[in-house]
Amino acid sequence: MSTVKPRIKLDKKEAKKGDLVEVKALVAHVMETGQRKSADGKVIPRKILNKFTCTVNGKEVFSADFEPAVSANPYIQFKFRANESGPVVLTWIDDDGSKIVGEDSIKVL
Amino acid sequence: MKVSVTRRQTLLTGAAAIVAAGFGLPSTPAHAANDLEELSKKFTGGKTPIAGKVKLDLPEIAENGNTVPMTVSVESPMTDQSYVSEVIVLADGNPRAGIATFRFSPASGVAEANTRIRLANTQNIVAIAKMNDGTFYTASKEVKVTIGGCGG
Repeated sequence: MSTVKPRIKLDKKEAKKGDLVEVKALVAHVMETGQRKSADGKVIPRKILNKFTCTVNGKEVFSADFEPAVSANPYIQFKFRANESGPVVLTWIDDDGSKIVGEDSIKVL
Repeated sequence: MKVSVTRRQTLLTGAAAIVAAGFGLPSTPAHAANDLEELSKKFTGGKTPIAGKVKLDLPEIAENGNTVPMTVSVESPMTDQSYVSEVIVLADGNPRAGIATFRFSPASGVAEANTRIRLANTQNIVAIAKMNDGTFYTASKEVKVTIGGCGG
């Protein structure tokens, strides 16, 4: 799963201190609910990304827990307040324990 | 004689079936109970959330229940003194009520998140926000779903 590359977009590369920065991210994943049955009647086991976190310069600014009711190829959009420059790291955790990580950066003027 | 008994039996069976159907209907409402009550109580710790401050932005009619855009936002200054710490989003008509939980901090700047969700049928979406002072606010919205998102 580590080969999956999330698409991340920040609405600005540089921000004044205190400005709000909007993050949009999309990651390819089946988000199998565990409710569906295959043609032979067996339940398809659940496999979703159950947790998402965003850190800016190592500090967590936003996180989320996902349930199977989140659509396939989960999209997430949120904002954070620009306090310091640094990497913006987005991490999704799969039910199987694997991680999908994407990175961008913000420069605070 | 034999014929009339058979007919009586047939009639009785038919009557029983009608009665059963009559009793069967109310027990299967359009919104079968899921774990919404349980999850919301767990989230609030038994407190009753106050209506207001929370805004749920969803389409009135969702053509495709597999991917319904959903934005939840909460009015708050988001300062160290007063901020939204957590928001839970639940649905009363999905097989399981849980959709997502969002966690904020003063560093979030604004308590707002958007994602795309699955809805099995027409139902109510409920959002409950937890403030840093331990109070809870809530909002709900009905979404009409044309094609359900459970893929079955």
